Amino acid sequence: MNYWELCRLFAPEITLVLTAGLVLLLDLARGRGVPNRQRMGLAAALASAGCLIAWAFLFMSETRATTLLNGMGVIDPQTNFLKQVLLLLTILTAMISIETEFTDHVGEYFALLLLATVGMMFLVSSENILMIFVSLELLSLSLYVMTAFNKRNPQSAEAALKYFLFGGMAAAFTLFGLSLVYGLSGETSLREIARQLPSHARDPLFLLALLMTVVGFGFKVAAVPFHLWAPDAYQGAPLPSAAFIASGSKVASFFILAKFMMIGLAGTEGSAAWCAFASGWVPALAVLAALSMLLGNLAAIAQKSVRRLLAYSAIAQAGYMLVGLLAHTPQGLASMLYYVITYALTTIGAFAVVAVVQEKSGDDSLAALAGLRQRSPLLAGCMMIFMLSLAGIPPLAGFFGKFYLFTAALNSDAKSLGLLWLVILAIAMSAVSLYYYLQVLKAVFVHAAPPEAPALTMATSTRLVLILLALAVVLLGAVPGTLLEKILSTIP
Amino acid sequence: MLAWTIYISFAGAAALLTLKPDQVRAARIVALLASLAGLLVALAGAFEFSASGGLVTVADKAWIPQLNIRYTLAVDGISITLLLLTGIASVTGVLFSWNVTHRTKEFFAFYLALIGGVYGVFLSFDLFLLFVFYELAIVPKYFLIAIWGSTRREYGAMKLALYSFVGSAMVLVGLIAAYVLAGSNTFNLIELAKFPFPRDFQMWAFPLVFVGFAILAGLWPFHTWAPTGHVAAPTAASMLLAGVIMKLGAYGCLRVAMTLFPLGLDDWQHSVLGFGSWRDVFGLLAVIGIVYGAMVALVQKDFKFVIGYSSVSHMGFVLLGLMTLTTIGLSGAVLQMFSHGIIAGLLFAVVGRMVYDRAHTRVLDELEVMRLSKALPFAAGTFVVAGLASMGMPGFSGFVAELQVLIGAWKAFPTFAVLGGLGVLIGVAYTLRAVQKSFFSGHAEPSSELRDGTPNHDLEPISLPEKIGAALLIVCMVVIGVYPQLLLKLIVPALRSDLMAPLLKGGL
Amino acid sequence: MSGPITLLTITPLVGAIIIVGLNPQRKSLARGVGFACTLLSLAFAITLWVNFDAKSGALQFVERWPWIPTLNVEYFVGLDGLGLLMVLLTAIVVPFALLASSHVDENPKAFIALLLFLQSGMFGVFTALNFIHWFVFWELSLVPAYFLIKLWGGPRRAPAANQFFIYTMVGSVTLLLSMVAVFLATGSWDFMVLAEKGRSGELTTMLTARLGWFGLSKDALPLVIFGGAFLGFAVKVPLVPFHTWLPATYAEAPTGVSMVLTGVMSKMGVYGFLRVLLPVFPGEMRAVLPLLLWLAVATIVLSACAAFAQRDLKRIVAYSSINHLGYCLLGIFAAAQITGNDPQWNTEKAAALNGVLLQMFNHGLTASALFYFVGLIEQRTDRRGLDDFGGLRKVAPVFCGLMGITMFASLGLPGLNGFVGEFLIFKGAFALTAWASSISVIGLLVTAIFLLTILQRVWSGPLTSQWGGFSDLTVKERLIVLPVIVLMFVLGVCPQLVLNFINPTVLRVVEALKP
Repeated sequence: MNYWELCRLFAPEITLVLTAGLVLLLDLARGRGVPNRQRMGLAAALASAGCLIAWAFLFMSETRATTLLNGMGVIDPQTNFLKQVLLLLTILTAMISIETEFTDHVGEYFALLLLATVGMMFLVSSENILMIFVSLELLSLSLYVMTAFNKRNPQSAEAALKYFLFGGMAAAFTLFGLSLVYGLSGETSLREIARQLPSHARDPLFLLALLMTVVGFGFKVAAVPFHLWAPDAYQGAPLPSAAFIASGSKVASFFILAKFMMIGLAGTEGSAAWCAFASGWVPALAVLAALSMLLGNLAAIAQKSVRRLLAYSAIAQAGYMLVGLLAHTPQGLASMLYYVITYALTTIGAFAVVAVVQEKSGDDSLAALAGLRQRSPLLAGCMMIFMLSLAGIPPLAGFFGKFYLFTAALNSDAKSLGLLWLVILAIAMSAVSLYYYLQVLKAVFVHAAPPEAPALTMATSTRLVLILLALAVVLLGAVPGTLLEKILSTIP
Repeated sequence: MLAWTIYISFAGAAALLTLKPDQVRAARIVALLASLAGLLVALAGAFEFSASGGLVTVADKAWIPQLNIRYTLAVDGISITLLLLTGIASVTGVLFSWNVTHRTKEFFAFYLALIGGVYGVFLSFDLFLLFVFYELAIVPKYFLIAIWGSTRREYGAMKLALYSFVGSAMVLVGLIAAYVLAGSNTFNLIELAKFPFPRDFQMWAFPLVFVGFAILAGLWPFHTWAPTGHVAAPTAASMLLAGVIMKLGAYGCLRVAMTLFPLGLDDWQHSVLGFGSWRDVFGLLAVIGIVYGAMVALVQKDFKFVIGYSSVSHMGFVLLGLMTLTTIGLSGAVLQMFSHGIIAGLLFAVVGRMVYDRAHTRVLDELEVMRLSKALPFAAGTFVVAGLASMGMPGFSGFVAELQVLIGAWKAFPTFAVLGGLGVLIGVAYTLRAVQKSFFSGHAEPSSELRDGTPNHDLEPISLPEKIGAALLIVCMVVIGVYPQLLLKLIVPALRSDLMAPLLKGGL
Repeated sequence: MSGPITLLTITPLVGAIIIVGLNPQRKSLARGVGFACTLLSLAFAITLWVNFDAKSGALQFVERWPWIPTLNVEYFVGLDGLGLLMVLLTAIVVPFALLASSHVDENPKAFIALLLFLQSGMFGVFTALNFIHWFVFWELSLVPAYFLIKLWGGPRRAPAANQFFIYTMVGSVTLLLSMVAVFLATGSWDFMVLAEKGRSGELTTMLTARLGWFGLSKDALPLVIFGGAFLGFAVKVPLVPFHTWLPATYAEAPTGVSMVLTGVMSKMGVYGFLRVLLPVFPGEMRAVLPLLLWLAVATIVLSACAAFAQRDLKRIVAYSSINHLGYCLLGIFAAAQITGNDPQWNTEKAAALNGVLLQMFNHGLTASALFYFVGLIEQRTDRRGLDDFGGLRKVAPVFCGLMGITMFASLGLPGLNGFVGEFLIFKGAFALTAWASSISVIGLLVTAIFLLTILQRVWSGPLTSQWGGFSDLTVKERLIVLPVIVLMFVLGVCPQLVLNFINPTVLRVVEALKP
């Protein structure tokens, strides 16, 4: 393995780093004096171009699995697919950020965006605890700064501070936990760890390690009780950052959580079956899932701000995704991936709509959405699709995703249906969630627009993104076979 | 061919969205054509069907092979009956909404989407597909009520949506559990019905799924969404809600809960509180619904609430019939589904469209002084006919249906049958009260003005679409009342088919 | 499906539909069409009578078609003597009532249409022989009656109409439930089949065998079921104490409607006793016979006394109706007695039952005529109190004469039609239950008293000044009432006309009642 081969294998990441540098340079060199919107447009275009080239690399790479350096880098069809998804999400984020006006430091922003993407890409292809931590840090640090980027808005700073402090703590927990894992197993590669760990399954040190890593990962996916940063971040951060955190970061974090638990801690699952609890990572995550679903949905009911509502909804959705993971079967993993990918698409769409409204009216409350149907039928229709998909109404992607998650969870124990209690809780909470999603739609469709509501115009790019995402949500829900096939085929 | 009912409805909805907001006439015409086409297709299907008999598959394609979900549509006699009901209800609903001028195209778009979903439920034989259509129908319902409704519409719409969603959540749990237990091989109703689920599983899955569907059917005490929702909804939506949507729930009870988990109806090991099986429990709840609904209807001040509660009462008959597990009782239940759908449609049409849109009040005491029998003779006559049918007067469709249910019930639960008869009597009372107060007040000196000062004789006459709609509904009521065999010859063979026959445990 | 009976039943229906379609302004056209329709029905009825084979007591003009196979319900009609009698009564009374209502000016087309619907319903009731089929018409006849009272009645018509409807409905529901129980036990709704089962005693055993319920003892269940059916008919007749709806209803109903109510609809109850209750539940009836006889006696005596106490002419006639029907029930209950195989008893029973049928027919004629006359008085003076009038004979002699004839017929004067029926009933009843008959004679006496009181108060005595302008019967009115008066004489002198064809049917019933 020489450097050239290494570069070839990591060509997408390298491309992105180069693009980041390019964007930075170009903006610094030529960006002075040009109106912000143009700078944004240019930077976004450049960033998207870079992502597309990276995508092309991924597309053309061989599908044979390669593991480098003791699991530091794993290139196989699954990671390729996920990287493609992450690049798509980045492109979408870049496109919806064109019209937003929150900063003058355009180049820096897009550079950070791309670097965060690089972090995510390394994250999904690592099976070594060191690499996991480093990628996680790269991702997190970029995200903290992106959250703080709106220097004119104190909410942004507050959100970033909370995110950073929380995240720092969580990172500490993660590191501590990972070192304990290393201490117990003597290995850094997940597969090697899996060989050594089960013999220590009863060791109190192992339980400590498990708990700590759960804290760390739980923070990243915004599961209760490590979710406290999420509402502020979703509400205060500049819109593209919030969208990115909600989509790309979620996909990557869930994937790495799944990998860590299913590969690294294989053999120490335990069980969360009703009246048959056994200690392991499954019951720990089961508790997280249950709490997230409960708190997320119930807290969302009281929200008046759409972005905070989306935050709590994200917490709840994290709960659903964890349910799929608990199955620890390939079907469970597939269901989780399907759900998180479609969720990411839906979320970006929802944030895009909110972006348009907030930019024009400066307000992200439900009242600002009033009469959206009259002001912009496109926004209203897309919002309907996104909200209903999140609620789980067929034939949209959210419905099938939930259905698949629950089926996978029950299938893990087809004889005695051990996880039934969790599925029942999930479905019940899902029913509750319809209430607040309908509140949003009520504002959009039922209430009349106030006469002084500002007109809602949007750039073609935003329009394009919205239409594409809405179509995707509908098609992926009505004919989920294609995406499902892809995911299932990549699972080793 | 019957699948076209679904496609035409959705296509109609999509077509309506392309119209401009001020093309009111065009919107009406499109909606009418779409619903009429649906009805004609259903009729054609019914004629074709009675020739062959048995279960007929309409479509069967692979959909999500990874989960063995297929797009399977099929019909038997029961489905055909309900498809016909949907067709008739949809056409008359459009006719009675001819005067909607506020956001007309969206109104009809949601309306047609709802109809399409309902057709889908009645046609689906793959449980996943059935569930998709079932849930799909919740959203148009919400918007129809929230945007075009009247009394407390946002509250009523939300209550309806949440209750329906909770019900379908319960159903989903049962469905996924059944699917997984059966090996995740298939979602086909017939295949799953053949699978021998363990008795213990059926004992909790059956009530779960049954109650999940029965919420939408108005089972007491989960019925509270119905009066609020019906009153809040605009006329066409009320007609559909009471006429068809509640039947969706009952259909689900029969087709899914009872067919998949027949052992759930068996006797328990020990009797609990005097109940020996889920059959007893649900039978009792049904009867309570009959009597309670009737008694509450008797004291209502708002005309529409009377009809709303009467719907709960009549659906109690359907559920009681389902619990009898006899051919007579079950066919009576399905016949009552059809009959009440028509009758409720007409009742709501009179209350909402003919009276409220003109008199602007639904309070019985206020209507009493208006002497509407003079001002709106057609409405008075129509309401009398509908009221008689609702009472269960022989010669109308309700009589045979309720009679069959009572006969079937007598075998299994004689007390319930007697209580059901009591419910019929109370039904007579509240219908008479409503008829009298709303149209035929005994006041010697009626006020010649409406509540808002418009003179009585200025009430606009009943329009042609209303007359056609009313005529269509009355004809159905009378035809089926005089010759119920038309439908029974479809329903009874379906009940005796391989799929449903295991249910007939009650003898007769 | 067009046998003669169906044609008969459909004719008024078709007429009603035609009238509904007419322009509301064309009142006389509506009246004309209605009258023509009733005449057509009368013609059909007479044709049936002429073609009726009086010798055989079997069912004639039978039509039988499957209707609801799931429920074993058939469209089954046929006529025997009893049915023919009732059909004729209906065919005569309704045109009479229609002509009597020619003064109704408010929405006459609806009035006439409803009356025709009612006639159709009644034809159906008297010819149907499958319970559900019969029940359909039984219930359907309630509806036009309700609306006729509700919309054209007197000042307190609303509560009267509601009371009428609800009372009768309660009875109908209990009847339905009882018959459902019978169906579940036997699998049949057919009156003929059920009568056979009742006669042979099978029904009782089948009821107990197949319908164990709540630990009710074996004997109690058939009685409960009998009670339900009994209630249904007892309300209709009406039998004391289920009669309280009647006076108000008859008083508030418009004249023509009262005529039909008392003339035909009240007979529906008695018909039910004869057609359903007696054949199907003979054992149960006998088990509670003393109670039933007391009820019949109470009906006769109490209603007569109540009539005597009334001050409103219409109410007097109403209570008198209850009284006359009481005789019918006395006859039926007496005939239900167990007497043994001696042929002499059978003759007595046959006499009683023949009397019952005759009384049904005759009372139908006389009572409707009485209501007609009272209606005429009310039209002329806007009053109908007993004490409001006096000496009207001076100004309206023909009126007085004809009304007098009617009252005497109602009283039972020999030579007029009322006598034969009452005589036969008492003849049979005396032999069968002396005590009940004896007490019932009080009823006869009191009836005489109050009828004569009417004659005296209203027609005789000094003429009250305000009624100087009281006009006598017009030619039209005389023509209207003439056929009925003629019939009263004819049947009084020659009851054979009727007895000829009812006797065989009665003999069959008595046969079935043995021992």
